[in-house]
Amino acid sequence: MADVMLLDFWASPFGQRCRIALAEKGVAYEYSEQNLEQKSELLLRSNPVHKKIPVLLHGGRPVCESLIILTYIDEAWPEMMPLLPRDPYARAQARFWANYIDNKIVDCQTRLLTTKGEAQEQAKKDMIGALKTLDSELGDKDYFGGQAFGFVDVAFVTLTPWFYTYEKYGDFSVEEHCPRIVAWAARCRERESVAKALTDPEKVYEIVQEEYGAN
Amino acid sequence: MAGGDDLKLLGAWPSPFVTRVKLALALKGLSYEDVEEDLYKKSELLLKSNPVHKKIPVLIHNGAPVCESMIILQYIDEVFASTGPSLLPADPYERAIARFWVAYVDDKLVAPWRQWLRGKTEEEKSEGKKQAFAAVGVLEGALRECSKGGGFFGGDGVGLVDVALGGVLSWMKVTEALSGDKIFDAAKTPLLAAWVERFIELDAAKAALPDVGRLLEFAKAREAAAAASKDEFND
Repeated sequence: MADVMLLDFWASPFGQRCRIALAEKGVAYEYSEQNLEQKSELLLRSNPVHKKIPVLLHGGRPVCESLIILTYIDEAWPEMMPLLPRDPYARAQARFWANYIDNKIVDCQTRLLTTKGEAQEQAKKDMIGALKTLDSELGDKDYFGGQAFGFVDVAFVTLTPWFYTYEKYGDFSVEEHCPRIVAWAARCRERESVAKALTDPEKVYEIVQEEYGAN
Repeated sequence: MAGGDDLKLLGAWPSPFVTRVKLALALKGLSYEDVEEDLYKKSELLLKSNPVHKKIPVLIHNGAPVCESMIILQYIDEVFASTGPSLLPADPYERAIARFWVAYVDDKLVAPWRQWLRGKTEEEKSEGKKQAFAAVGVLEGALRECSKGGGFFGGDGVGLVDVALGGVLSWMKVTEALSGDKIFDAAKTPLLAAWVERFIELDAAKAALPDVGRLLEFAKAREAAAAASKDEFND
């Protein structure tokens, strides 16, 4: 087995976070595409609690949960391209926003895509509100952490291909509400690690429709 | 304690998330100003310090706010690294394991437990209870692995996971009193049951954990109020 292995699913935005981090750090690893309908022994053994991808295996030892994996990658390979800032206060801010993305955006996404009527209307309102909060937090900075691409950028950028799907399901324009986020996403996509990892937005829409039924 | 460090904790005594922060501050031997918030009438300072969620706990360090209990704990651990014990080990892999179990406590135990206690329907409550008990079972195994013979998730000493779980202990006892169920049953989860007894004897626990009797009265009063009207303890 390679020293570093990533158990992943090609379209997972959570797995993509790990791919981006590993690429930015210049860490060689073996990518292992997992069948989520028929989970492998390796996956079940590596993440017995949640049985989910992504799982990073380093020297055979599993690390689970994408944000925990990102932090681990940052701490295990500290010399190259730091993802979290050095300053504890700035680190706390980065963790706050990464949590916000995982809790708020992902929750709004689920509700937006799987509900109808009033519930969906509320989900749309909440999603726009959450995206605007992030747009405001980004402000006029190049990246969430300031000048350099970092932790929050990695956490959020893999959800940006889902904007097209949010727009289709919610009937709104992300750019209209959050122009800075859209510009930031384009800026991130100029990085090879990001361009290689992200799913094409139309493909995301196709997958979501298959998964949840057409809008 | 480091000189010139002004620490202010915006909290509410019943909140288990606030209790976690108090535990960490006590473990580190740090003094702070304990500001009790009225959650039905939040202060300007709270709203300014946590504009996104408007929730407690918020730790204000030299005027700068840090939000979310587990983020606050890591912040305290990093800033006051040379004061008191470390909540996280130095090794990146062990840190990842600790963070994994902290997330597990929050997502798989605390969230279902809240649903058990405060769910709107019997079905919701029963589902929450089932999930909470399942999580306790898993945590027994986690404690066995993480303690490595020591008495805590952190090994020989208290760590991040101990504080994350320790923060909810008074509430677990309240839930046991209200429901008649034993959550940390020595027959089913002996390691956890022993851990509970060990944890509550810590000086930090004695300083930080809310009094179970007082919390029980609070819980009963809140249930009564909720039954009477649409009440939301929005911490």
